[in-house]
Amino acid sequence: MTPRLRKLFDSLQQAGLAPVERLGELTIEVTPAAYLATCLKLRDGADLRFEQAIDLCGVDYSTYGGQRVPAGGRFAVVLHLLSVSHNWRLRVRCVIADAEVPVLPSLVEVWPNLNWFEREAFDLFGIVFEGHPDLRRILTDYGFTGHPFRKDFPISGHVEMRYDPEQRRVVYQPVTIEPREITPRVVREPGYGED
Amino acid sequence: MPEIRNYTVNFGPQHPAAHGVLRLVLEMDGEVVQRADPHIGLLHRATEKLAESRTYLQSLPYMDRLDYISMMCSEHAYVMAIEKLAGIEVPIRAQYIRVMFDEITRILNHLFGVATLGLDLGAMTVFLYGFREREDLLDCYEAVSGARMHAAYYRPGGVYRDLPERMPQYEAQYSRNARALAEMNANRQGSLLDFIEDFTRRFPKCVDDYETLLTDNRIWKQRTVGIGVVSPERALARGFTGPMLRGSGVAWDLRKKQPYEVYDKLDFDVAVGANGDTYDRYLVRVAEMRQSNRIIKQCVDWLRANPGPVIVDNHKVAPPSREQMKSNMEELIHHFKLFTEGMHVPEGEAYAGVEGPKGEFGVYFISDGANKPYRMKLRSPAFTHLSAMDEMARGHMLADAVAIISTLDIVFGEIDR
Repeated sequence: MTPRLRKLFDSLQQAGLAPVERLGELTIEVTPAAYLATCLKLRDGADLRFEQAIDLCGVDYSTYGGQRVPAGGRFAVVLHLLSVSHNWRLRVRCVIADAEVPVLPSLVEVWPNLNWFEREAFDLFGIVFEGHPDLRRILTDYGFTGHPFRKDFPISGHVEMRYDPEQRRVVYQPVTIEPREITPRVVREPGYGED
Repeated sequence: MPEIRNYTVNFGPQHPAAHGVLRLVLEMDGEVVQRADPHIGLLHRATEKLAESRTYLQSLPYMDRLDYISMMCSEHAYVMAIEKLAGIEVPIRAQYIRVMFDEITRILNHLFGVATLGLDLGAMTVFLYGFREREDLLDCYEAVSGARMHAAYYRPGGVYRDLPERMPQYEAQYSRNARALAEMNANRQGSLLDFIEDFTRRFPKCVDDYETLLTDNRIWKQRTVGIGVVSPERALARGFTGPMLRGSGVAWDLRKKQPYEVYDKLDFDVAVGANGDTYDRYLVRVAEMRQSNRIIKQCVDWLRANPGPVIVDNHKVAPPSREQMKSNMEELIHHFKLFTEGMHVPEGEAYAGVEGPKGEFGVYFISDGANKPYRMKLRSPAFTHLSAMDEMARGHMLADAVAIISTLDIVFGEIDR
């Protein structure tokens, strides 16, 4: 751990958060109840000072094949923060227990640029951000149904669009292509290929 | 007195000044923008979802198609994230080649950005000049990878191959006489490095030319000074990075602050603006072109003096050479496994960001130990910048909204992903 990372590690521990170091990056896990308060603390704390939210993304852990599955639920939101004044980064993960209607408080008031990131996570994963001023779909088509980045959404989608010469308009119909997997997904047992 | 109402204007999706497929719904009061609502996603291809069903190497060419103006920088973040997760050490020569091509990409991008800002504001000449120099740099891309734009040149563990010894030349054609042909090929007689060095020698003069056309031009200043002002506090809060943040006076550059590859060994300065308006961001981009030129020069000198491997020797990550593969059973198996099953990346997560020409381009991987990523998230700078469009355009004229779109330097390939 570099001295700078160690300093952030200590500051986070003082703030009552439990950071985990891996590959030179720090991660903290927060519960949905503490999510908003923690983020405010991360932004305003004098020895934390995360002025910038670099990224926010949703994750669907339902088919995760590895050993380290985050406990507590199917969906999670992962935030990447950056402090320009201290020059350090942090990852914040919040696992949401409810898999049917995942809800989290919105962080638009904390970092205004998260507006679109939260709209994206809502669009692609169906995570609802309470208190978001304008939670519309952002990347998918007008009138799209479903949340395409969930693991149970097929990669070829459910509907396709074509021009119907008889009705003289564009129509939607169920997809006609067969789902196929070219390279199978393989998780090897530990120690595979090592002599 | 008749009732005066705001009206709504649809700007795009097919509009030459929208820089791609942007649908901008503008609520206007006369000619003043009251509210700007960008509708994005018209180019959404779900790159992140596609990557979940492809091996790490198979998704690499998708990176070129994100930001199709600065191709290799997106590749760079992608391979850096894989290398971080898998713990791969990249040979030093590959690092220099990557830095050199990152800076070539930065010049490519800023030439395009400045040129199209000029075009949008009615300065056609700088557009033509800028594209003339872009052509030479795209030839460098082509010489090294075979493709002018979608290079797929960076690979996990290094770069695909070493720099070519011979720069491709123009061929005879019925419309060219022998003298014209000799003139066109004059700087292509040597290797790629000779060609790049020749470019770095003449490029400062070209930048001077653009500046003569624009920097002190009264019309240019009227169209850019005080347009789209962002204060340093707002720029930080809105998540700005790259020239958008530096134009507002915040000296933040990942190449200096969190150096990756060999940036800490190179000598260059960071350009910072003062007022945070379109004009300052233009100046920052022009200054960055000059600095990139300096970096390229240093890389050329180093690369000339230091031959060596350009990709790691670990055949779990990088393929063996053709000769080895065709004469050695073990290498044949490695080659087969690598291109059918693909490389396995240890379980874990990693984020790698590079200082792209537009801002911080980041790739976040969650790997469960399979041969494909479990989740990939692309952090594109233009997505964040465009989300500030409403705040920046409010109270400006419709014609200034065009300047603001252009100064954001957006490309829809990476906004919509």
